[in-house]
Amino acid sequence: MITPSKHTLSVLVENKPGVLARIAGLFSRRGFNIDSLAVGPTEHPEVSRMTIVVNVEDSPLEQVTKQLNKLVEVLKIVELSGPASINRELLLVKVKADVSSRGAVLDTVQLFRAKVVDVAPDAVTIEVTGNSDKLADFLRVLEPFGIRELVQSGVVAIGRGSRSISERTLRPVPVPVPAPTTGSVG
Amino acid sequence: MTHQETGGPERMTGAQSLIRSLENAGTENIFGIPGGAILPAYDPLMDSTKIRHILVRHEQGAGHAAQGYASATGKVGVCMATSGPGATNLVTPIADAYMDSVPLVAITGQVGAAFIGTDAFQEADIRGITMPITKHNFLVTDPAEISRTVAEAFHIASTGRPGPVLVDVAKSALQAMTDFTWPAELSLPGYRPTTRPHSKQIREAARLILESRRPVLYVGGGVIRAAASRELKVLAELTGIPVVTTLMARGAFPDSHSQHLGMPGMHGTVAAVAGLQRSDLIISLGARFDDRVTGNLDSFAPNAKVIHADIDPAEIGKNRYTDVPIVGDCREVISDLVVALQTEADAGTTGDYEAWVDFLVNVRSRYPLGYDAPDDGSLAPQLVMERLGAIAGPDAIYCSGVGQHQMWAAHYVGYEKPNTWINSGGLGTMGFSVPAAMGAKVGCPDTTVWSIDGDGCFQMTNQELATCAIEGIPIKVAVINNESLGMVRQWQTLFYNQRYSNTDLHTGADRRIPDFVKLAEAYGCVGLSCDSPSDVDAVITKAMEIDDVPVVVDFRVHRDAMVWPMVAAGTSNDEIKYARDLAPEFEKDDL
Repeated sequence: MITPSKHTLSVLVENKPGVLARIAGLFSRRGFNIDSLAVGPTEHPEVSRMTIVVNVEDSPLEQVTKQLNKLVEVLKIVELSGPASINRELLLVKVKADVSSRGAVLDTVQLFRAKVVDVAPDAVTIEVTGNSDKLADFLRVLEPFGIRELVQSGVVAIGRGSRSISERTLRPVPVPVPAPTTGSVG
Repeated sequence: MTHQETGGPERMTGAQSLIRSLENAGTENIFGIPGGAILPAYDPLMDSTKIRHILVRHEQGAGHAAQGYASATGKVGVCMATSGPGATNLVTPIADAYMDSVPLVAITGQVGAAFIGTDAFQEADIRGITMPITKHNFLVTDPAEISRTVAEAFHIASTGRPGPVLVDVAKSALQAMTDFTWPAELSLPGYRPTTRPHSKQIREAARLILESRRPVLYVGGGVIRAAASRELKVLAELTGIPVVTTLMARGAFPDSHSQHLGMPGMHGTVAAVAGLQRSDLIISLGARFDDRVTGNLDSFAPNAKVIHADIDPAEIGKNRYTDVPIVGDCREVISDLVVALQTEADAGTTGDYEAWVDFLVNVRSRYPLGYDAPDDGSLAPQLVMERLGAIAGPDAIYCSGVGQHQMWAAHYVGYEKPNTWINSGGLGTMGFSVPAAMGAKVGCPDTTVWSIDGDGCFQMTNQELATCAIEGIPIKVAVINNESLGMVRQWQTLFYNQRYSNTDLHTGADRRIPDFVKLAEAYGCVGLSCDSPSDVDAVITKAMEIDDVPVVVDFRVHRDAMVWPMVAAGTSNDEIKYARDLAPEFEKDDL
C-alpha cells in the first residue's frame, strides 16, 4: 500500500491580486489538502513566493504540479523536500511560568536556542524557529508547564547551495499579438 | 503574425478602448445583452463598422452562441453581458467551454471600482465565481489596462489548449478617459504552451506502434481543435491502424472510411469499445480518457500500452498510466509520427496488424449500429437522424443538445468533415443546441445548420428563436420529441423498475404543452411536424427549401426508443450490451 507523504512545493507566482485565491481554489476543487501555506515577497517585487506543503502520494503530486503550472500567473514550481533544502517554521508560544517554574522553562528555551520575547508575572512568550520535528519536540517538552496559546507559521523553504530558483523565471517571453486591422470606432 | 505598432496613443474613453481592442483582436460578431454596468461599452459598439452585435434573449444563449461560432469557424467566440445576473447567466456556457476546450472570450461589465465589495446593485464577484471554470480571467479597474488585457485574453483563449477567458471591466474604467495604444507584444512569463513534440518521444511512439499487434488510434476533440484531420487520415492510411472517434471528435475522421470503428464509450459501437478494450496499444490523440469512454478504469483496456499525445500536460497520466507521453499540438504530433513511420516504411519496416484488423472488421459487421422500427408504425428517432444526414449531407453543420437525441445524432447522421458536429460533451449542457446552432450559422452563413434537439433541451433555450428570426439567422431545428426527458427515462426503464419519476414532459399527443409548431410560428419561424416514417423525407426536404426564416420541425417519435449499445455506468466496458439483455459474443479464441 502506498502511503501519502509530505511534499514541500516552492511556487513562484506573479504578484497580482487574486493569485492566492486561484491557488487555494485549485487545491480544494481538485481534492488536495494543503498542510501549510506561506506567502511572501521575493527579491523581485513583481514575484511572490508561496511555500505549500501537501500530503499526497507521488502520482497525485505530479497532477497537483501540472495543474498549478497551468495557472497563467504561476511562473515556476520546485519541490524542496529532503536534505537538499532547508525548511523552517516560526512558532510563538505562551507558556505558564511563575516564580517556581520560570527557571525550568528558561532552561528549555536555552536548550532549543529559542528566545523569550515577552514576560508576564505568570507566563512567558517564546519565539522559536526550526523544522517541524524541532518545533514538535519543543512543544512536547513545554507541555507539562502548561501551554496557554500558540501560533505557528507555515513552512518556508530554500534550496542549499548557490543556485537560485528565481534566476531563470523572470525573463518575460514576448508574445506577438495580431496586428490591428484598420479601425473605425470613434 | 506581424509586430506592428499602431502609432501614438489616442485619447478616448475606456469604453471606446474596449471596442477598439475587440476590433483589433479580430472580433466580427458579439453575442450579448446590455445592462447598467456594461452600458458605456454599448454606446461606441453602436458605431462600430467591424463588429456586428447580436442581441440575444438570455445571456446563456449568448455564451452558447459564441461557442457554436467558435466551434464552427475555429475563431474565438465573443459574448458580452452586464454585471451581476448578466454575468452569472454566462456561467454555464463558460463552464461548458472550459470542459470542451472552446476558445471563448466573455466580456462582462462590473460595478464601478469604488463600489466593488460593497454588495452594490447587480454586483457579483464574477472573477471569483469563474476562477475554476476559466482558463484565465481578469478584473480591470484601470482604463489604461483594457487594450493589453483584451489582447492577452484573445491570446490565452486561442493558443495552447483553447478555453474560455473572462474579462470583467469596472463601469468606472469604461467611463474614464485613457490613452489608447494596442500592444506590440505581450508579456506572459507564466504562459508558454508546448506545441512542438519532443523528437525522442516521437521515436519511442513509432517504435511502440511498429511493435504492437493490436493498436488503435483513439481520436479526441483535440484533433478537431488542432485542425489535424488531414494529417490523421494520412497517419491512419499509412499504418492501416483502426480508428475510433470520441463524441468530441466525430467528424475528425470520415465515418465512411473503412478503418473507422465509430464512437467508443458508454454508448459506443461494439467495434469501437472492443477495439479499445482488446488493444495492446492505445494511441491517444487529443483525448482525455474520460469516464464516459473508459467505463470502470481498472478494467479498461487491461493489456494496452498507452501513447498519450495532448497539448495539455496535465491530461497525460491523469486517469490512465501512460507509457509514452507526448506534449504537443496534435497536428504537429501526427505530422511527426507520419514522418517517423514513413521513414520506417521506406526502410521496409511496417506493423503487422492484419489479424487484428480482420477481427475488428468482423466485429463491426456482426454488431453494426442498428435499431428496430417500432411495431406500431410510429416514428423511430434513429430514422430521423439517418434521413437528416442523407438529405442535408456531410457539408451541413449539426448542433445537438444533450441526451438520447445527442447519442443518436452522434451515431446515425454520418460525419465526413471536422467542425460539422458541435455538441456539449464534457459538461453535458441541456439547452446547448439552439443557441450553438445560431452561433454556427452566424459564423458560416452559407452553410446549412441543423439544431438537433430534444423536447426537454429545446424548452431550456428556445427563446433564441426570436433572435434567429429577427437577426436573419435561418437555422433549422429538428426537435426529437419523445414527450420526456428521454435519457433519464431510459435509465428509469433499465435501473429504476420503470418508475418514471418526473420525466414526462407532456409534449405529446395527450396535451402537447407547448405545441412546438405554434411556438415556432409565434417566434416568426416556420413550424412543421412529422409523426410518420413515410413523411420524414418530405418534411426534411421542405425544411431544407426554406432559407429565409428559421424552421422548427416537431418530429414526434416513439417514446420508448432507447440508445444502444450501452455500458451501464460504473461497470466494465466488457459488459457492453448490444441491445437490452443482449451482450455481444466473442469466440473463445478471438483476440
